[in-house]
Amino acid sequence: MLRWLTAPATETQVTHGQRLWLYVFAVIVMVLLVVPTLIVVPMSFSDSQYLEFPPEVWSTRWYQHYFGSAEWMLATRTSFKVAFLTMIVATPVGVLAAYGLHASRIRFVRAAFVLMITPMMVPLVLVAIGAFYAYVQLKILYTITGLVLAHTVLALPLVVIVTGAALKGYDMAQEEAARSLGAPRWKAFLTVTLPQIRFAVITGALLAFLTSFDEVVVAMFISGGDNPTLTRNMFNALRDQIDPTIASISTIMVLVTTVMMLLAQLFGQKK
Amino acid sequence: MGAARINEAGLRRDERLERLKLFGLSSPAILLILVILVIPVGWLFYVSFIGADGRFSLENYERMLKRKSYARIFRTTFEVSFLTTGLCILIGYPLAYFISQLPNRLANLCLITVLLPFWTSLLVRTYAWLVLLQKQGLVNDWAIALGLWEEPLKMVHNMTGNLIGMVHIMLPFLILPVYGAMRAISRDYMKAASNLGAGPVRAFWTVFFPLTLPGLFAGSLMVFILCLGFFVTPAVLGGGKVIMVSMQIVSNIELFVNWGAASALGVVLLVMTFAILWLASRFLRLEQMTGGGGH
Repeated sequence: MLRWLTAPATETQVTHGQRLWLYVFAVIVMVLLVVPTLIVVPMSFSDSQYLEFPPEVWSTRWYQHYFGSAEWMLATRTSFKVAFLTMIVATPVGVLAAYGLHASRIRFVRAAFVLMITPMMVPLVLVAIGAFYAYVQLKILYTITGLVLAHTVLALPLVVIVTGAALKGYDMAQEEAARSLGAPRWKAFLTVTLPQIRFAVITGALLAFLTSFDEVVVAMFISGGDNPTLTRNMFNALRDQIDPTIASISTIMVLVTTVMMLLAQLFGQKK
Repeated sequence: MGAARINEAGLRRDERLERLKLFGLSSPAILLILVILVIPVGWLFYVSFIGADGRFSLENYERMLKRKSYARIFRTTFEVSFLTTGLCILIGYPLAYFISQLPNRLANLCLITVLLPFWTSLLVRTYAWLVLLQKQGLVNDWAIALGLWEEPLKMVHNMTGNLIGMVHIMLPFLILPVYGAMRAISRDYMKAASNLGAGPVRAFWTVFFPLTLPGLFAGSLMVFILCLGFFVTPAVLGGGKVIMVSMQIVSNIELFVNWGAASALGVVLLVMTFAILWLASRFLRLEQMTGGGGH
């Protein structure tokens, strides 16, 4: 231990002992980054109104309340449906766009790329009220279609960026080889290019799912009626008082995120 | 000779056509963004110049200049954005440095602590802080048990709570690009600096730190811009005491159904955001910024 403390830690001969403060600081920050999210999990099994930790009496009371509520179940179904459909729509549209931008190399490509990532830059509140107005005109307010379209727009930048990055590292000559051997472009793309960028495409798809599933502000305006999302209802509940049911829903959302993250890791590391 | 030239011209035309066709593949995405985002926001722009009597007027913008409450909202928005960005730099930079110095496997493990919150719903994280920081919450309970303070402190539904929540949410946006920049620095540079006689402090500030500046700049910019338009966390953790521009936009519509006022605020917010981005893009490639946020 003592030897470790006096051993040089950097190329500039700073010892571990001299930067012990950095290690302590980093560990504290990492704990603070992770713990607040995870601590909700045990707390959600508390019997008390005030969500103790550790819970004095364990119970599944708040889960029963959640699963027994028709309102929360409706919202849960809507959220999963919309997130799944967003993934189904945003992934092919985004991959096509990334491929088009990458392969065409014409003058407007940069402008098109900037347009493609604007949904990330425009404040969400503006997207929300803009879509709200447009949907009233198009008569798709409070519909699944409307939600999926808006969430697709929000998810597109992620799919385009992730896929575009993979295409940059891919050698297009392979596709040209397939085409010079007689494959039409679409076939060359599907059988040669796509398999090689599939990890990025899958990551993009999972990000699209999560973008939709977690989105609050836009859903606040354009979801409701027969199709309220989980996040919309959670947000409204939070504005009123601290409802412990939210802890159980939060736990379920953390679970969904963790599963998605593990899937991404699993697919991403198979290289 | 002549035939070859015609052929060449034909080929060039074919290539142009081919490229346009390829570009066409991105048209569904472009169309969606135009219809769902650009046109509606353009309409908001138009509405912001329409007065209560339905004619062209600047009253929505004049109101912003005249009323003190609006000045306060803008001040709060900038205050929160600057404070959050500053705190993120102070906390995030050392952490990114720490992780970047670790061996690969350990570094990846530590990165999970950054990525996990990054992937977790922002509403869930905001809720978690609400639960932890409330009067009967864990932080107060434990601090009193440890004797740090005697009475439960009010840490939520005010600026403190809002800042804690926002820094927590924004940290990954800063750490990831900074970490990327740090990982790209060859260790030989520091060795060389050391060999040439620079002490650790001097080597860090004259060699290492300047090389991380593009990443730091990109991350800070991303955080600042996201803060400017932030809604959820201040609305929940601010408890009505921290009113930012986006919240005023929402209440203008939900409470007062005043589209003109909401749109004008929205236009100002959008112009500020794009002005900052445009200024930044003169020093930095846009891809650099999004590259950090996308992973």
